[in-house]
Amino acid sequence: MDTPTPIRRAGRATPYLFLAPYLVLFGVFVVLPALYGLWISLHDWDFLLPRKPWVGLRNYQNLFSPESRDFGDFWQSMKATGLFTLFSVPFLVALPLLVALLLNREFPGRTFFRAIFFAPYVLGVAVVGVLWRFLLDPNIGLINNMLSASLPWTTDLPWAWVSLVGMTVWWTLGFNAIIFLAGLQDISRELYDAAKVDGANRWQQFLHVTLPGLKPVLLLVLTMTILSSANMFGQSYLVTRGAPANETRTAIMFIADTGLRTFRMGNAAAMSYVLALALLVVSAFNFRFLRQEDT
Amino acid sequence: MSATPARSLQRLSFYVLLALLTWIFVAPLLWMLSTSLKTNPDATRQPPSWIPHPVTTGAYVPLVSMESETPVLLWFFNSLVAATANALLVVGTSVLAAYALARLEFPGRRVLFGLIIGTLFIPTFVFLIPNFLIVSSLGWLDSLWALIVPGAGSAFGVFFMRQFFATLPRELEDAALLEGANQWQIFRRIILPLARPGIATLSVLAFLTNYNDFIWPVYVLFSPRNFTLPPGLSILQGAYTTNYPVIMAGGVVASIPAILLFILAQRHVIEGVSRSGLKG
Repeated sequence: MDTPTPIRRAGRATPYLFLAPYLVLFGVFVVLPALYGLWISLHDWDFLLPRKPWVGLRNYQNLFSPESRDFGDFWQSMKATGLFTLFSVPFLVALPLLVALLLNREFPGRTFFRAIFFAPYVLGVAVVGVLWRFLLDPNIGLINNMLSASLPWTTDLPWAWVSLVGMTVWWTLGFNAIIFLAGLQDISRELYDAAKVDGANRWQQFLHVTLPGLKPVLLLVLTMTILSSANMFGQSYLVTRGAPANETRTAIMFIADTGLRTFRMGNAAAMSYVLALALLVVSAFNFRFLRQEDT
Repeated sequence: MSATPARSLQRLSFYVLLALLTWIFVAPLLWMLSTSLKTNPDATRQPPSWIPHPVTTGAYVPLVSMESETPVLLWFFNSLVAATANALLVVGTSVLAAYALARLEFPGRRVLFGLIIGTLFIPTFVFLIPNFLIVSSLGWLDSLWALIVPGAGSAFGVFFMRQFFATLPRELEDAALLEGANQWQIFRRIILPLARPGIATLSVLAFLTNYNDFIWPVYVLFSPRNFTLPPGLSILQGAYTTNYPVIMAGGVVASIPAILLFILAQRHVIEGVSRSGLKG
């Protein structure tokens, strides 16, 4: 981080006056809930009941004991989140990279195509969800019609996963592609020229110049994509509704239902910290693993 | 360089690939628009046709009536109010805070900035339940306040604007200080005008984030009259399960502000995304 030369002659209170409005919001809606959530998770906290008895770590223990009420559903939902992440991340990294390589060429209308591929991303998951629900409708949907098939896209496995991954790729491909494109444009032309002089073909240039030059961006995209896939909610909620038999009900969907539909907030808060911790471990592993390969 | 046959073949396949990709990205959106202009029998007719026959705006009729169970126009209005108010709040508070963090010296500056940035790494679902309770005790459940205020505490705006301020030259401020201007005057007259592109980008990103948010409005808004478009579309899908033209019309209406804003601010949005992702 750069250290700008400090400005003298500022009144002592001045910085705090500039900060105050933001800090009020930050304190009440970020710092406070982060701690409040922990407190909730240590209670048998039912929003609708007056008494919220302290239970210590029991909400957490329950998540790991097979005979408890939430064990099966919670881990089923964790599995759904894990599967979705596992299925979607390779496509959400590889396909945007291909598109970015395509757009990295000089050709007329490049900016226009960049915008076209990015456009679905500016639509919210609500629009994307209802649209794909229609496209994937087994009876009247366009997809089955184009394939002359009657595949159960929203109600059976593995089709439900194909649907969820496919629509997510369509929706967010542009986002990752733009980040890759920015990374590609930071790679010096001279490196390619030098490789050409050495007789490297296109594939060799990709392997020895593009990939190493893209490494930090690749790590960033990979980590961000894993995190956003693990946050998947709207697609399942709107398109498969968790079907078949909760197989595609993701962890966040289950946490939200437990906490905000059945109001068992202590259990839900505990679940959210377990999921957050799992994601932290994955990200840390990611960074360590890819950093080490660098040497 | 003369174009050899191999080279023109390569160029042709490049354009074919580009056209194919473009079709994949555009076709679903065209299908949404086309279906919204169909009658229900026409929408389910096999084989499907891209051109509505007849063209009708009938599917939009149940959306504009305020008496209807699914008042899309009202949700549209609610969405615009909430997202605009939220974006103003985000921009206003984070520009002020980022200025202090980037340009002013005070004890604890680095620690505070570190704390704010640190919260970017807490997944948002962690805040879902505690913020529901906080919003509930403020009496904001089932009202637009729940959508306007809490999200404005996010670290992103501060981070984004601070990066922007850090790139501005310092000489201007020093000159103004010598002439006896105070910090507020410097901020108003020198920094704010220079920060206009950053502010515009942040406004668009904040608006779109709020406009498109799904999980939070689905759980904090209960009565259809208070809905914004995201939960609205979800119940629209439930209410018209067999009438896709109406659902697609709702989707078209919901897409309009996002697409318009994107067209207007396309370069800023795309650059904002690639920059905020990379130069972290």
